[in-house]
Formats: sequence, structure tokens, C-alpha cells
Amino acid sequence: MVAASYKEDLAAEPASTAGAALDIEHVSHAFDLDGSVLSVLDQVSLNVKPGEFVALLGPSGCGKSTLLRLIAGLEPPSRGVLKEDGRAITGPHPSRVVVFQDPTLFPWRTVWNNVALGPEAQGNLKEQRSRVDDAINLVGLSQFAKAYPHQLSGGMAQRVALARALVNDPSILILDEPLGKLDSLTRLTMQSELVSLWRSKGFTAILVTHDVEEAVFLANRVVIFSDRPARIKADFQVDLPYPRHRGDPRLAELRRASLSHLGLDASW
Amino acid sequence: MTVSSTVLTTAGPAGEGLRRGALLGLAAAGAWAAVAATAGLLPDVGDWPETTNFAVGAAVIAAAIALATLAQGLAPELARWLVRKSPWLIVIGLFLALWQLASAKLGWLPQPFFPPPQALVEVYAYDYADLGVNLLASFRLLAVGFVYGGIAGFLTGIALGWSSHAAYWIHPILRFVGPLPSTALLPIIFFAFPSSWSASIFMIALAVAFPMAVLTWSGVASVNTAYYDVARTLGVKPLALIIKVAIPAALPHVFVGLFMALGAAFSSVMVAELLGVKAGLGFYVQWSQGWGSYNNVYAAIIVLALLCSSSITVLFKIRGRMLSWQKGLVKW
Ligand SMILES: Nc1ncnc2c1ncn2[C@@H]1O[C@H](COP(=O)(O)OP(=O)(O)O)[C@@H](O)[C@H]1O
Ligand SMILES: [Mg+2]
Repeated sequence: MVAASYKEDLAAEPASTAGAALDIEHVSHAFDLDGSVLSVLDQVSLNVKPGEFVALLGPSGCGKSTLLRLIAGLEPPSRGVLKEDGRAITGPHPSRVVVFQDPTLFPWRTVWNNVALGPEAQGNLKEQRSRVDDAINLVGLSQFAKAYPHQLSGGMAQRVALARALVNDPSILILDEPLGKLDSLTRLTMQSELVSLWRSKGFTAILVTHDVEEAVFLANRVVIFSDRPARIKADFQVDLPYPRHRGDPRLAELRRASLSHLGLDASW
Repeated sequence: MTVSSTVLTTAGPAGEGLRRGALLGLAAAGAWAAVAATAGLLPDVGDWPETTNFAVGAAVIAAAIALATLAQGLAPELARWLVRKSPWLIVIGLFLALWQLASAKLGWLPQPFFPPPQALVEVYAYDYADLGVNLLASFRLLAVGFVYGGIAGFLTGIALGWSSHAAYWIHPILRFVGPLPSTALLPIIFFAFPSSWSASIFMIALAVAFPMAVLTWSGVASVNTAYYDVARTLGVKPLALIIKVAIPAALPHVFVGLFMALGAAFSSVMVAELLGVKAGLGFYVQWSQGWGSYNNVYAAIIVLALLCSSSITVLFKIRGRMLSWQKGLVKW
């Protein structure tokens, strides 16, 4: 339903924003848990090219979300540096926006006002009103611009969260299991939508997912982490052209390879 | 409530609903006719100059109800309203008739402690100016004290919830002073302030500030931290986080605080009027009691109840408007 409008978009305008390069250099992170130290990331190094779509896979609780928080600049790493286009990341910035597993829409704001928060915080909402409309349009929710979050379904809410991120024209879009709580049909639709958006906008995408199939279907690079503390265990390219087909035998093969890295190949 | 709603909803064939509505309306008219009859036809055991006017007034109400019932074809809106309110009109009419009998006609209720309804009418008819002045005085005290205390409590609550430095200093003071009834500080407050008005305002504001501070604080403290994360990644600066995230998210708690604070304000206003400012409805009540004029006491208490109830109504209206984004709000 919405995918159609993306395709038009794709034809109409070329990649408007160039994605940024992301360099993660020897990053370690630990939490202080009642005096004991919980080591979560161990010497993680990863260089992401501008415009790349990287999927991160790993056991639950290994530290994927923590790494995303560091990339977003919500917390400083215990050790190491993260760089966006060569500049060290020292705090959050709207060029690196996160979409979380929960849409976390502000319940007291309408859909429109949720999406408008970024421009509002930058102080240029007046000039960007049409951009807000466009972003809502892009995710197919223009009819719901005046609705409050409690009136939306889970999939719609997550689309709003996506629009709220995209209105800022991020150069790195950080996605923390954004489709994890959606029903499988909505999920398949939104996977295709994500790919279209990424291809039309050209941002760098970092996606954490627990769905191996989703990872190999969406990303052009898959990184697999070990148990906590997270270390990079495998890192491979998915060089299949877009648009991809779910039935592609190469995808099935990559999926099996990923599962074996995760120690889950017994079921295959 | 249930009676009238079944009347309305089961009106399958329109005629039957109308007939039952008419029956209810006529019963209400009958009840008010009884009020008029008990007041007008039986002799008073005491001296109440407004008895006749009261009876005439009740008769007029009875006639109006009867007319509206019979003319329901002409004013269907009015008729529907009447059907909905009829059970209440009946009960109020019966209560007034019984009260009339027990006080003015049969003398069962000791006088002057339980005056008949016409004695209250007398107060409203002749002493309305005095009542109005005192109502205004109470309202000013309430409004000014509530606004000052509300703002102080709100800001204190936000500081407590937001800054651990502020919490370090404020929390112990709040724990120590907050639970103390502000009226206990009265002797000190009255000589520490230049006028009884400012002292009373301080006392009321103090009573209001405590529940406001605690609930605003708990509201700010219970904000889902994911909201802050999202806002920060969207470029919202720390100070704006308070205005754009912390306060709106805490608003449901803040309104609970306002509701509790309003209750605290009512009782502080009464104390302030009795002991300090010597004006207002609380003062009027006490002064009338001193003169043994209990009809003034009741009349003023009724006005006071209206003031308190409408204050709460206004608060809930504002709340309904500001929290319209919430599901399942309680209606007042
Ligand atoms: N703020 C925090 N304080 C303490 N421990 C945390 C904090 N955030 C995450 N952790 C711990 O760090 C580990 C990794 O968490 P996370 O990055 O959320 O894992 P996941 O890979 O499932 O996203 C978990 O064991 C979690 O309990
Ligand atoms: Mg996670």
C-alpha cells in the first residue's frame, strides 16, 4: 500500500542525503552494577562506509543496544572512540537518529507534532512545516496527522517513529530491532519499505535485529557478535542486488551461515 | 440515573417512552405541589415571614414541571432533560416537604438549630449582599493562596525530580516540614507577617505546596527514560527536555497533586478566616452561629459547598482539556 509511493519517490529524486562514514575504534564498554563491573563490549572495531546498510546480529543481552547507544552519542564509551565522518562522537545529534523497538511516541503530541519535534528542537520548524508533512506522507499516514499515539496500531506507531527520524535527514539511521514487536505481515511490508527508504535517501543504516532472515534480506553487510562481552565474531558482505527476492537461494545460504555463527545451525 | 436511562433507551415504540416520561414528569410536579401544600396550607409553629413566598415558589415550580411535561411535543429537548432529571426532582421535592413538616409545621426538629427551608430563602432574599461579599473574600483567599502555593509546589517538584543537587537540599526539608499541618504554624505565621491577609495567604500556599511538590516530583521521577533518549537524539537540549518532555509526561501526576492541594486549600481557607482575616464564608458561618442564627449558618454552608464543588469542576475541566491525549479519563 505504502510501498507504491516509495517507488515513485525513488524515481523522482536521487539520493538526497549522502550517508556518513562510521568508524568504531577499539570500543569497550562496561556498566557498574552495584560495585561489580559488567563488561558489555570488548574491543569492538568496525568501519562502516557511507551509505552502507549494516545489520548487527548477536545473542540477546550481548551488548548490541549498548553499542547503538554509543553510536547515537547517548553515552560515552568506557574506552575507545567512535567517529562520524572522521569526527569523534561526543553527544547526541540529529544527524544520527535512533528508532527503537518501542515506537516511544510522545503520547501528549499528535502524530504531526511528534514528527515535528526534531525541526522544533533545531528552531527551524517554521521553514520546515512542509518537510514534516512530506515525512508523514512518506510513511503513508497523512490521514492520521492529527491523531494521538493511543489511536494508532503498533505498525502505524512505528511508521510515525520512522517519519520522526527521517524528517531530520539523518546521515546515519540507527535502528534497534525496529520491527521486533510487529506482527509478521506488517513486518514483511515494513522491511520492504525500509529498503526503499534507504535506497532513495542514501543514509547509512545500522540495524540491530534478532531475525537472521531480516538481516540478510535488508543489509549489504552482516556483523555477528559473540556472547557478552560482545566481540565481532563474523563480518560478511551480502552482495545481492536490490530489490531482492525472499526466495533467492543465496539468501537461504547466507542465513544458514549466519545461524551457524550464532551456534544455532543444529536445527538445520 | 438507571431509571431514566432505561426509560430513554427502551423507548422502542416512541409512544411508550413518551408515556412513561410523562408519568415521571407528573410525579415530579406532584412532589413539588406537595412542597407547596405543606408549606402553604398548614400553620407554622414559629415565626417565618417567607413561608407564603416559599409555598408560592414551590407551586410555580410544580406548575412549570407539569407544563413542560404536557407540552413535550413542543419542546422535545426540554422534555428529554426533564425525564432525565425527574427522579431527582421527585426526591428533592419529597425531602423538602418532609423537612417542612418536621421543622415548621410539626416542630419535631428543635429550633433554632434546624430551621425550615423558608428560613434559608429568607437569608438569600435579604442577606445576599453580605453573603456575596464574604463569598468574594473566600474566593480571593482561595485563589491567591492556591496559585502561589501551586506554583511554588510545582517548581519545587520539578527541581526535586530533575536535579540531584536540588534534591539533596530540598528533600530533607520537605520530609520534615511538609507533613506538618500548616495550621500548626499559625501562631508563628501571624506575628511573622505584616498583615493577617499575607499570613493567611502564606498558610494556604504552604498547605497547597506540599501535595503539589510531592506529586510533581513523583511525576517527573516516573517519566520513562526512553522519552529523554528519543528527544536527545532529535536534538532537544537539556533545558528544553524539562519543558518538552518532563513536564508534559508528569502532567497526569501534577493534576492529582492539584486535586489534593485544592482539598488542603479549602480547609486552610476556613482556618484562616476563623483565626485571621475575619472575613469570608467561614467567618460568616462562625459569626452567625455566635448570634444563634442558624439559618444563616446553613445558607452560608450551602454557598461554601457550591464554591468548593465548582472549584473542583473547573479543575477537572482544565484537566480534561490538557490531558485529552490520555485514554480513559475520569469525569467529574
Ligand atoms: N544502563 C545499564 N546499566 C547496567 N547494565 C546495563 C545497562 N544497560 C544495559 N545493561 C546490561 O548490558 C548488557 C547488554 O545489554 P544490551 O546492550 O541491551 O543487550 P542487547 O544485545 O540485547 O541489546 C545486558 O546484560 C544488560 O543487562
Ligand atoms: Mg537490545
